[in-house]
Amino acid sequence: MPTDSAAPAVPAPDADLQRERIVAARQRHWERARRLVAWLLALWLATSFGTVFFARDLAHLSVFGWPLSFYLAAQGASLTYLAIIGAYAWRMRALDRDFARQLGEQA
Amino acid sequence: MSGAAPKGAAKADVKAGTRRYFLRLSRYYLWFTLCFGLFLAALGLLEKEGMPRQWIGYLYMFATIVLYAAIGVVSRTSNVSEYYVAGRRVPALFNGMATAADWISAASFISLAGTLYLHGFDALAYVMGWTGGYCLVALLIAPYLRRFAQYTIPDFLAARYGDADGSNRRGQRVRALAVLATIVVSFTYVVAQIYAVGLIASRFTGVDFSVGIFLGLASILVCSFLGGMRAITWTQVAQYIIILVAFLIPTMWLSMKFAGNPVPQVAYGSVLPKLALREAELAIDPREEEVRATFRARADEYGARLAGLPRSWEAGKVEAQRRLDAARSRNASLGEIRSAERALVDYPRSAEEAARIWAERRAANLERARPPEPHAEPFPGDTREESSIRRNNFLALVFCLMFGTAALPHVLMRSYTTPSVHETRVSVFWTLFFILLIYLTMPALAVLAKYDIYTALVGSDFASLPSWVSYWANVDKANPLISIVDINGDGVVQLAEIAIDGDVLTLATPEIGGLPYVISGLVAAGGLAAALSTADGLLLAISNALSHDIYFKIVDPGASTQKRVTISKLLLLAVAFIAAYAASQKPADILSLVGAAFSLAGSTMFPALVAGVFWKRANHAGAVAGMIAGFGVCLYYMLHSNPILGGSAEAAWFHIAPISAGVFGVPAGLAVLVVVSLLTAPPPRESAGLVDHIRAPE
Repeated sequence: MPTDSAAPAVPAPDADLQRERIVAARQRHWERARRLVAWLLALWLATSFGTVFFARDLAHLSVFGWPLSFYLAAQGASLTYLAIIGAYAWRMRALDRDFARQLGEQA
Repeated sequence: MSGAAPKGAAKADVKAGTRRYFLRLSRYYLWFTLCFGLFLAALGLLEKEGMPRQWIGYLYMFATIVLYAAIGVVSRTSNVSEYYVAGRRVPALFNGMATAADWISAASFISLAGTLYLHGFDALAYVMGWTGGYCLVALLIAPYLRRFAQYTIPDFLAARYGDADGSNRRGQRVRALAVLATIVVSFTYVVAQIYAVGLIASRFTGVDFSVGIFLGLASILVCSFLGGMRAITWTQVAQYIIILVAFLIPTMWLSMKFAGNPVPQVAYGSVLPKLALREAELAIDPREEEVRATFRARADEYGARLAGLPRSWEAGKVEAQRRLDAARSRNASLGEIRSAERALVDYPRSAEEAARIWAERRAANLERARPPEPHAEPFPGDTREESSIRRNNFLALVFCLMFGTAALPHVLMRSYTTPSVHETRVSVFWTLFFILLIYLTMPALAVLAKYDIYTALVGSDFASLPSWVSYWANVDKANPLISIVDINGDGVVQLAEIAIDGDVLTLATPEIGGLPYVISGLVAAGGLAAALSTADGLLLAISNALSHDIYFKIVDPGASTQKRVTISKLLLLAVAFIAAYAASQKPADILSLVGAAFSLAGSTMFPALVAGVFWKRANHAGAVAGMIAGFGVCLYYMLHSNPILGGSAEAAWFHIAPISAGVFGVPAGLAVLVVVSLLTAPPPRESAGLVDHIRAPE
């Protein structure tokens, strides 16, 4: 498995090329991961802020007996957080696999 | 690719091994759960046969403490990797359970439901904050720490913000700061846990408070002393199971009773509207108004005395002395003389003290003179501004708790223990899942118990109070957990006559719901498990910071692995005894600071941790300045605005309560980190290499 510190002692032109490819693949992986994190953090912020900030306006709506704002603060927001973390773990695994596949194809 | 076949086979082998390991663990814990169920059933039978309550309490205490100690003995180790990070092979599911137990402290288990009962919507800030923080842990910190794969949080900060040459003096500076923050935050927290252990043990078994502390301490020590992270991981999984069972059984029972549905999280939606109706009824009830008027009159009396200071203080003192003399001279009964004596002894010693005490009593009486606030209404207030202040405080508290959660060393430390980065991500998911099983039930328990008290207890006769009321009223004579006094003398309980301490709610739920005492004991065992598991993790975080970061990395880098583990164990012992001693002094000031630990942790560590991963330009000077600024601003604001710490509430910025000081500390720390980093030289190439490494997939 290629790792960053495993550069061969005598750099062959082939190894240089290989190294560049790894760096490029990592760069792509990191950009996609960062975008994912940004989206999920935006969702996290919207959930937290929205639930609290508009609580008074949502109080008169009701779902299954709960006033909507109470439900969101007591359960809805927390469940959204769980979904965010689940989505992150799932998507990141896909990104990691893509990365491994790219390296495999090129090698 | 010549090596592909054997490598693939080895990988499959590892995978099968992990799977077998996972299945074996699952089997162990299923057996454990089963045995625990049998133990409960056996105790239930014994209770029916007439075993006294005290013995049930003893049995629970004894059985659970022996269990934790046994797990500790079985998983004893002196291997560095096992001791610090459990060998990095804890499967995600179990790591999630252990982290959840680590996380659910005595405060969440015992006090959160009570806080929700007392404060209604406002207290949901804790639920939101303590769960939302895991988004930050999962997205910004945990996977990168696992990729870094060292032992402690200061390790990461020191490597990221260190310098290139061998001495690494800059790294040591960051390390020392991080250790300091770890200790300040964890120590206040661990004292609160040990205090709770003493409280639960003494309430349920009748042993002395300090004996209770040392009993609990013994089990913590056997466990973490022998096996470090490895032992506490497996103990915490067992403790989580006990916590879950202890919390769900009584709540499901109440839910069945009031909503006819055993899933409390779903069922309490139908109870909420009924509760709202009852609240509206009680708010305008004339007898309730009568009691509230009495409290208002008492508050006015204190107000008048406050206005007449210092003369009123002298007059009161003379009056108290005169009463005692009168009682003595007319040969009154011993009881009367005693109470007159006590009144004189308890009388404020100076006019200043009188001003403080009377102001407190006035506030307490005014508090009780207020009609009940609707439970589910967000931010009730007389004016729109007042309501907005409450909303802003709610928001500030939510964010402080979130940032604090994402920076608590004992939780982050657990991200090192899984086999891979992917497992760490999944483990945070499981952590939140297991925390939510408890946290989504808390608001349900609060609503169900409130409905029971508002309908069954309020309006009942004083002659026929349920037995749990008198039991819990007598448990702690100095600070009664519940007190009901017939203020207006009509022989009927009014809501305003009930003074209830939030802590009693979880502990008394089984009796409120009419369950046998075995379940009460179970709830106490759950509270004990919650306190012990958190104390375990915190003590390990402190002793690792001292032994690994201070001793091994700074004082004696040449120490052998054997010596490192031994030093770590000795330090653990020392820290545990200091914490137990601190707790046995019943330090009210430390306990009130626990909430502040989140703000401090978030302000100090969060900016440096996140910038360390996401911003390559962040450098040593920025990190040091950011940590100091965050800590400083946070501490300053608390001292500045908290009346207990010598500040004043009027000095608060934007009316934000001192517990949410992090809402200023985190941005200040982040801003200082960015500005100072940009003003000084960029970090050495090695730092960028490290950042590339932890960002890269495995």
